[in-house]
Amino acid sequence: MKLPDIDLYLIAPEIIIAAFGFLVLLVDVFAPKGEKKGYLGVLSLIGVVIAFFYTLPLAGAAKTGFEGMFTSDGFAIFFKITILIIAFLTVLISMGYATREGIGFGEYYALILFATLGMMLMASGTHLIVIFLGLETMSISIYILAGMLREDRKSVESAFKYFLLGAFATGFLLYGIAFLYGATGSLYLKDIASYIASKKLLDNPMLLMSLAFLTIGFGFKIASVPFHMWTPDVYEGAPTSITAFMATGVKAAGFAALIRVFFTALPEFRPDWTSIMWLIAVVTMTVGNIIAISQNNIKRMLAYSSIAHAGYILVAFVAGNKSGTSGILFYLMAYAFMNLGAFTCVILLGKKGEENILVTDYAGVGFKYPLLAASMTIFLLSMAGIPPLGGFMAKFYIFSAAVEAKFYWLAILGVLNSAISVYYYLRVTVLMYFRESEREITGLQFSPAPVIALILALIGTFYMGIFPSNVLSFAQKSIAGLM
Amino acid sequence: MDILGIPILSFLIFFPLAGAIVLLFIKKEEIIRWTTLAIALVEFVASLPLFFKFDSTTAAMQFLEDWWWVEAYGISYKIGIDGISLLLVLLATFLTVLCVLCSWTAITFRVKEYMISFLFLETGMIGALVALDLILFYVFWEVMLIPMYLLIGIWGNPQRRIYAAIKFFLFTMAGSVLMLVAILVLYFINLKATGRGTFDVLELYKLGIPMGTQHWLFGAFALAFAIKVPMFPFHTWLPDAHTEAPTAGSVILAGVLLKMGTYGFIRFAMPLFPNAALDLMPLISILALIGIIYGALVSMMQPDLKRLVAFSSVSHLGYVMLGMFALNTQGVQGSIYQMLNHGISTGSLFLIVGMIYERRHTRMISDFGGISKVMPVFAVFFMIVTLSSIGLPGTNGFVGEFLILLGAFQANIVYGVLAAAGVILGAAYMLWMFQRVMFGKITNPKNEGLKDLNAREVITLIPMVALIFLMGIYPKLFFSKMDSSVEKFLKDFKGKVEMKADLPAPKVAEVKER
Repeated sequence: MKLPDIDLYLIAPEIIIAAFGFLVLLVDVFAPKGEKKGYLGVLSLIGVVIAFFYTLPLAGAAKTGFEGMFTSDGFAIFFKITILIIAFLTVLISMGYATREGIGFGEYYALILFATLGMMLMASGTHLIVIFLGLETMSISIYILAGMLREDRKSVESAFKYFLLGAFATGFLLYGIAFLYGATGSLYLKDIASYIASKKLLDNPMLLMSLAFLTIGFGFKIASVPFHMWTPDVYEGAPTSITAFMATGVKAAGFAALIRVFFTALPEFRPDWTSIMWLIAVVTMTVGNIIAISQNNIKRMLAYSSIAHAGYILVAFVAGNKSGTSGILFYLMAYAFMNLGAFTCVILLGKKGEENILVTDYAGVGFKYPLLAASMTIFLLSMAGIPPLGGFMAKFYIFSAAVEAKFYWLAILGVLNSAISVYYYLRVTVLMYFRESEREITGLQFSPAPVIALILALIGTFYMGIFPSNVLSFAQKSIAGLM
Repeated sequence: MDILGIPILSFLIFFPLAGAIVLLFIKKEEIIRWTTLAIALVEFVASLPLFFKFDSTTAAMQFLEDWWWVEAYGISYKIGIDGISLLLVLLATFLTVLCVLCSWTAITFRVKEYMISFLFLETGMIGALVALDLILFYVFWEVMLIPMYLLIGIWGNPQRRIYAAIKFFLFTMAGSVLMLVAILVLYFINLKATGRGTFDVLELYKLGIPMGTQHWLFGAFALAFAIKVPMFPFHTWLPDAHTEAPTAGSVILAGVLLKMGTYGFIRFAMPLFPNAALDLMPLISILALIGIIYGALVSMMQPDLKRLVAFSSVSHLGYVMLGMFALNTQGVQGSIYQMLNHGISTGSLFLIVGMIYERRHTRMISDFGGISKVMPVFAVFFMIVTLSSIGLPGTNGFVGEFLILLGAFQANIVYGVLAAAGVILGAAYMLWMFQRVMFGKITNPKNEGLKDLNAREVITLIPMVALIFLMGIYPKLFFSKMDSSVEKFLKDFKGKVEMKADLPAPKVAEVKER
């Protein structure tokens, strides 16, 4: 038996993230008890940064390793960069929030790193089992993270709900994979595609079932309608830093796997999934935006808004052309900055025992905490797609991809949705600037780490809006191997 | 031409923004006011060379700057002006100075944020007026929304400011997102036809677009602009926004922001889609006429001075649209001239209403009467502005309206007759309002002790009145700047329309929706 070639350099970023995850656990165990453990966060940050610098040099050429189960092509690298940025910002935010809420122990940071590891595997897997392992590593870590505030009933409910429904969705996904294997005899994405093409299996019922199951499984992770029911409750109950991590990281990884599987393994079924996804995209955008209007809890509002954003990204997925795919990459990175930024603002406006997450809590904040309110306004306007912010450029690329592929109605429904979304994003600014507060919010403590995260998110949001060229051309180069 | 090494148009766009950043670091309100005034004045003075160095013999774009912004997508930072945008840019820098002046005592809280919003707004306005790239234009167009939204929402009338602010934002936004889709469709049609992706309007002007597609695209552009103008029936946001906004907000809204709509038609919608514009000419002219008559009739019934002026805007902008779609030299020239006139006359009217509101804290016509006795200087200014708004010969309003009527009669005699009837209605509601406010006995004792205008207020109004007469008596000064641009606009328009008539039936398949 010949041993497969093992190129550890290819998975160096993953190894580093995993190693630092264990290191954080170990340090936590051997450190003296009772202290504030801010250094755990710093240690995690160092791990993320080192992994980041091991990821960058891989961007050059597409390489495959581990018998073709793992690839490090441009597409994977772009996603890994996005995921590492998300992890970095999440850890930064957590260093203020988790300490404040008393959950800043080793497991917390270790689980964030393990979830990051899972996401990175999802982006790189070219074999369905690798993708599935990545997905499970990520999901299980997040189930626990969602329930970290164990004294809080909502957090426990959130974790439980996410776990139960997530387990179901995973089951669907696994069924999909099994059917795919049954019909084609392979789990390698490329082999599946060539087998389907050579045998002309387009009417094979097993494959169609598998297509449906995969759509459900991934649809759950990216929170698309009608598989979105868990999102508001889970986002509301989970610790806010983890909500931010879910809304950006899980979504990014979910899209990475979705695109990889559908574009590489099932391109023959494009007409079938295009029509399904067209409908899902429209429903996701519309339901997300319309329900977001009536939310009074800012975390729920952002949850529905994240559903709507999944819808916008699906617009580009349906377009399915080069500009659409690179648009998705751009969108997810811009979305990471603005969404993490918005959640950072939500966190900074709260304190221990007083979260201030009702929309009405924002009344009068505009002139009391002008910089915080201005940042929040910028992030919300960016999500609404107002130029010259990153969110506008992201939407611009996505809708231009839809127009290029001649999905005119999809583009029109998309922009109309983005006009609807302006209403609820503006509502927060209305409260912040146009109304006087009924209840003073005092004694906020701005610890340095989340403030740094806020500044980084602001820089990212502006940079991607005003100088989008670099990221865009990087995204365009990144998808070369995929399309 | 450069200022401090920066090309003049870029300087004009970014100087107010730089000024706004400087304001962030100033604490004392008095210094903030003076600094903003200085910034606005420098901006105005810096914009004057445009007028004097402008070459009126050519219709080409001048003071051009052209850089790549997002090269991968063909988005460029391309700016320049011709005879049509030149005067509007000057109007914007001019009105901003007056707006700062008239906000001096009217704005009593959060002065810093107010002034920053205003300077930010100026950046957006100038940018939108000089942009020659569709995406750049769209960016500035949207950028204008936020400061105006804040101006209405924070410093507006307490009762309904929030409603008005949101309505303003959503109406404009809803229209413009469809324009964005149309811009993208246009981009890909051009890409297919020429193999070169660009959002440069001067390039896109040359493009021949199949008829069916043209109608859709024109519809999307026209909707965005018609909301902004605002044309009947998309005008409902305007009275609310105007009534609730602070005085300076109303002045800049009437003076410049509404012109973005009419300017959008003449710069983008009509030259890009001439056949569709021609086909829809009757519809737009009729809507314009409805606007003229309806605006005038509703004005007549308004008990509130500011609402009256707001509805008169609907009527006046109807003339602008009518003249533009008359598609002859007189009509188009009159239309552009009327854009400037409306900025000055209606701007002044809002200033005047603001001045009297600051004294009495009411805008109800019935609360006034006999004001001319206690405020004679005020009465003189008010009279001149009223007459200019009516279009009395010798004032600017006459020149514009006369040309528009001339153009309208040539285009269609019925339009001309109806529009002329609108002029009479216009005179009726303005004079009636003036009579009820200014003449007669002082019935309300609160009006007896009113102070006449102070020096600052006189300084604010004098430039307006000077322009009213200058533009009324010596219009050639301004027409000479726009002559060749208007001529080219019409020539290109007709050229493209005729060229199209010879073409075989277009391939409709390209526009099939899915």
